[in-house]
Amino acid sequence: MDNTTDQYLNGTLDRNRAGDYPLHRREVVAALLADRGDILVVAGLGAPVWDCTAVEDHPLTFPLWGAMGGAAAMGLGLAMAQPERRVLVITGDGEMLMGLGALTTIGAQQPGNLAVVVCDNERYGETGMQLTHTAGSLDLPAMALAAGFATATSIRSDNEFKAAVPAIRAASGPGLWSIKIRAEASPIGAMPPKDGVTLKDRFRAALLA
Amino acid sequence: MQEQPDGGDPIDWTGAILSVLQDWRVSQIAYVPDAGHSDLIVRCDRAENMRLVPLTTEEEGIAVLAGAWLGDQRGVLLMQSSGVGNCINMLSLARVCRFPLLTLVTMRGQWGEFNPWQVPMGQLTPKVLEAADSLVFPVDDPGQMGQVVAGAARMAFEGPAQAAVLIGQAVIGAKSFGK
Repeated sequence: MDNTTDQYLNGTLDRNRAGDYPLHRREVVAALLADRGDILVVAGLGAPVWDCTAVEDHPLTFPLWGAMGGAAAMGLGLAMAQPERRVLVITGDGEMLMGLGALTTIGAQQPGNLAVVVCDNERYGETGMQLTHTAGSLDLPAMALAAGFATATSIRSDNEFKAAVPAIRAASGPGLWSIKIRAEASPIGAMPPKDGVTLKDRFRAALLA
Repeated sequence: MQEQPDGGDPIDWTGAILSVLQDWRVSQIAYVPDAGHSDLIVRCDRAENMRLVPLTTEEEGIAVLAGAWLGDQRGVLLMQSSGVGNCINMLSLARVCRFPLLTLVTMRGQWGEFNPWQVPMGQLTPKVLEAADSLVFPVDDPGQMGQVVAGAARMAFEGPAQAAVLIGQAVIGAKSFGK
């Protein structure tokens, strides 16, 4: 059990602690996508889509404007279809929680090329910053490990994040990194195309050319 | 296999489905199991170039198969009619992006059902699929299974479109648990 579990059990857990986390989502996602090489990205709806688009509106990033709970499962299907390519799912804690069963389905398939990054601000950021279960005792990496992930860990500092980037890019998977980011307002900024057929066609064209 | 009323040879309708899936090089077999699919699941498991992807809930399969198509593989989603109700929001992914989605649904609560808890989704299945923009192809004659699934697969993969084959209780029998 980690520290938050103890605090939860003894009643001292601060559910608003994410307001003080040092990592910022835009910087985290920008670092993940810098020099991205040939990785394939699925972005979960909401802020992860805006974060990815702020770096680049890239044809090999599939941004989900809906289908909440589907990002990790979509990454699984893509990873199985393209076993030679690294597949990176970048999503939020609320989106991941809606599709938790996908962690067990991924654990059952053991895709070596799939990395799931949860930008975990412990909030539903698009709907008024309501607390998610990760603001409480929920330990997503522990769930992923129990589901059979090869790697799963929480990242809480810049040093931990910098040390984790090579594994997120290349570790034999499946892996899950819950990157604890500050609960803060973030500008939406650039948006990717909304038309799903455009997003699908440009992804396939770039991948299969 | 279905015994023919006239005592003729049983119709291997799951073999007909398997043959269509192989013709279309369907490789990801995503499913939540149903008794009516048990034979097909076993045969897909034994088939070359097919990978079983057991799911915890049916909407996972819609996302998995969308990812498969992005990566240039074809898939099929196997489920029971009750699972259709779990899929509604995720079907927007297939609809908005026009991902091909071939679904084989074994029907409960449709005809001769002993369990009233199966009846609501059984009766709603074709209505909600149509409301979600899916093509719907009911099959009640096992002898027509191959051609119906082939037609659905063509419309799914060449549309692309959502195409659901509803495998009726007249084909798989009305489950009785021996009662």
